[in-house]
Amino acid sequence: MAEMPITDIRKCDGCGLCVGVCHLNALTIVNKIVIIIETVECDWCTDCEAVCPTGAISCPFEIIIQEH
Amino acid sequence: MAVQLEFLKRILYFSDLGLAELESIKELVFEKTAERAEMILLEGESADNLYFVASGVVKVFKTSTEGREQILNIVRPDESFNDVSIFDGGPNPAGARAMGPVLLYGIKKNDMEVILRNHPQIALNVIKVLAKRVRHLVSLVEDLSFKHVINRVARILFEHIGGEMSRGPRLTQQEMAAMAGTAREVVGRSLKALEEEGAIKLDRHRIIIRDKEALRKIMEVSS
Repeated sequence: MAEMPITDIRKCDGCGLCVGVCHLNALTIVNKIVIIIETVECDWCTDCEAVCPTGAISCPFEIIIQEH
Repeated sequence: MAVQLEFLKRILYFSDLGLAELESIKELVFEKTAERAEMILLEGESADNLYFVASGVVKVFKTSTEGREQILNIVRPDESFNDVSIFDGGPNPAGARAMGPVLLYGIKKNDMEVILRNHPQIALNVIKVLAKRVRHLVSLVEDLSFKHVINRVARILFEHIGGEMSRGPRLTQQEMAAMAGTAREVVGRSLKALEEEGAIKLDRHRIIIRDKEALRKIMEVSS
């Protein structure tokens, strides 16, 4: 299962700004709520999080150590 | 598609005007579309138009000589960009790129002067827009000049490393910004700088610490 941005539908107002900025078309609005379509190609650009005016989308990072 | 009066009414510049006045302004407004990643304004070029975002999102940014990008502003619907150069007559102080498909409403510089002369009451709203912009940029200058955000971001990463047995807390750039007392745009730049220094690697949803010692040194520089 591909890791994808997380949505909080309580905060989503269905404005759709995130839909337009996703270069993989991995977001869509259904019944005025954002839905994320799983894709392994999501490169975590975080643009959807950046443009969301209500903070309904988050792209959290896991921090791990993997030294050379 | 014709320029919508309802849209003009939502723009702070024109929010105090009546329908008849908006009708006259509407005649001077033109539409422009841009596709994802298309440059709308080039930094340093002469500015001819003021733009309002009708739909979509536009990123306003500066680029360093090394090609590093610093986002100055994300412009959402009903907001304007390129205001400064329209009023001071100088070149575009920053570049602007469409983050997705966008529809813009533009007003030529000369037409904006006509609008201001014919409807001087909008000057107060223009001042409000410019003052808000100055406040935002002053805050960004403070973060970039004095806060040594990169050190703080290094510390945040250091303190949130997941263990082998248990995953650490996952952090968004917004959360890191709140912890570092800065703006999200500055965190993004710091992460890229840490990656360029070889301390970390951004790998989709993971920040991989590649050189813990280097990260510690950056963290320990007094801020």
